[in-house]
Amino acid sequence: MTGVWVYSTDFSLYGELLTKADELAEKLGAGTAALLIGRDVRENADSLARMADKVYLLDRPELGWFEAGVYAEIIYRLAQQHEPDLIIVDSSRRGKELSARLATKLKAGCIPDCLRLDVEQGRVVADRMVYGGRAISTQACKTPAVVAVAPHAFEEKKLRKAGELVEVDVDVPSPAVRLVETRTKEVSGAALEEAEIVIAGGRGIEKREDLKLLHELAEVLNGEVGCTRPLAEDRGWFTDWIGLSGHKIKPNLYIAVGISGAIQHVAGIRDAKIIVSINTDEEAPINQVSDYIINADLYEVVPALIDAIKRRLGR
Amino acid sequence: MPRVLVCIKHSLNVAELSVDRETGRVVTAGAPRKMSDFDRNAVEEALKLREAGWEAVVITVGDEEAKMALREALAMGVDSAYHITGDELKDLDTLATSYLLAKAAEKLKPDLILCGEASIDSFTGLVGPRIAEWLQIPHIAYVRSLKVEGAEVIAERSLEDRIEVVRAEMPALITVTREINEPRIPSIMAIMKASKKEIVRWSAGDLGVSTEELERLRAVGVLEVRAPMMKRKGVVIEGESVQEIVEKLVDALVQEGVLP
Repeated sequence: MTGVWVYSTDFSLYGELLTKADELAEKLGAGTAALLIGRDVRENADSLARMADKVYLLDRPELGWFEAGVYAEIIYRLAQQHEPDLIIVDSSRRGKELSARLATKLKAGCIPDCLRLDVEQGRVVADRMVYGGRAISTQACKTPAVVAVAPHAFEEKKLRKAGELVEVDVDVPSPAVRLVETRTKEVSGAALEEAEIVIAGGRGIEKREDLKLLHELAEVLNGEVGCTRPLAEDRGWFTDWIGLSGHKIKPNLYIAVGISGAIQHVAGIRDAKIIVSINTDEEAPINQVSDYIINADLYEVVPALIDAIKRRLGR
Repeated sequence: MPRVLVCIKHSLNVAELSVDRETGRVVTAGAPRKMSDFDRNAVEEALKLREAGWEAVVITVGDEEAKMALREALAMGVDSAYHITGDELKDLDTLATSYLLAKAAEKLKPDLILCGEASIDSFTGLVGPRIAEWLQIPHIAYVRSLKVEGAEVIAERSLEDRIEVVRAEMPALITVTREINEPRIPSIMAIMKASKKEIVRWSAGDLGVSTEELERLRAVGVLEVRAPMMKRKGVVIEGESVQEIVEKLVDALVQEGVLP
């Protein structure tokens, strides 16, 4: 038993992933390792050493751009030397591609988007959402295994380790895919996961200018504005969306405005405490998963609601 | 003639699944199925290449009924269809499924392989990148636009925080998102014609894959599938006027303690 490894494409997720890794490693009677791979990443080694028994560091100038094939090959070569039981990766788009390629190199099983993760009788057991969010599937995988873990699925705890820093010597393979151009997306949804109140718009919003209604409502409620996938990907009004393939949120209050409630969207709001839907269509699926339903024109309801809240909250 | 191979899945139609109220389990036996949504985008993208002189071929791994997805792709306009099937292929996970598809790709020698971002039912997104890895060819994920230039493919992919334009030498494997195109809907005539087309059947043995090999590639097993509890109040708020309705909603939200 040689351990549980963590690699994250997002540095801020190492804490929660290594917390889980530590818990599983203890059950396996093994240690943990954090993989720190990239360009100019050395400065982060100390903070990882406080969270893992080992830090494998590969800091190379040619690793400035993340290409999953290159990273998979590097981690694969390390894994051949040290034979970890489990490799945990973050479930971002980059992380999922990496986990698929790494698992295949290892001829290993892979479970992406894990919401729960454990080891039982030497097997890795995980829960993930399937059927467009309609069901939770519990799956078991023999070791070695690669899993990708949904962000914020696990709580971060303070780990007080004094891990050993190991500089690894691996030839960096040349990428099979070459970068031509890259554009930063203006990310609008970063705050959605943390928000207590989220107002989201769907295809019922007719024009882009009408989004100001949602912003006004969000302002009086101190909330954030989000949307469904069609508003982001088809209409380009937002950079990202709420749903199975986007943000999965758990606010106290979620107000769905002009949203029909495709199950892929509902999968992203399942953990909301209270769901309100405002929709003219009485048959809309969103109504099946809502606590409070208003079947009326959002263009009448939202302005009236803004006024009512202002009066009630004295704003 | 260059060849594009599209890997598709006959998925559970997740929008029409029902839950057994007594057991809380999702009923999958006999549940309606269809070609996975993203795969339809992959087929459409292959048809665009076909219009530029390519041969478009479609393949699936699945039971007898999975032929329906191949028929649908044929009706959309692909040239030929391959069905990897057999009793020993039940409940394969992505490791084995991708291996069979990679073995088939070795026979079919495509210049480009297209897959959907993920299947609508299990939504792992693993099969595409795994095939690329088995074949040791470049892989580009989450592609929302695509063009072929000489021996290279240039693709725009959408990551959480950025858009990347990348290029790779063919043969390459590309997984596409729903935004890449609007899949065509075949005519009744095309559907009827497609129903008469021959579908090539391959067993694992035809691809040189033994039963023992398949067993070794069984890594993930499903222990249980259950519907998550989602108890909602479902209160429809009604009233004489919009003002009355929103006042009632605000009252309710105050009661729930969710207003700031």
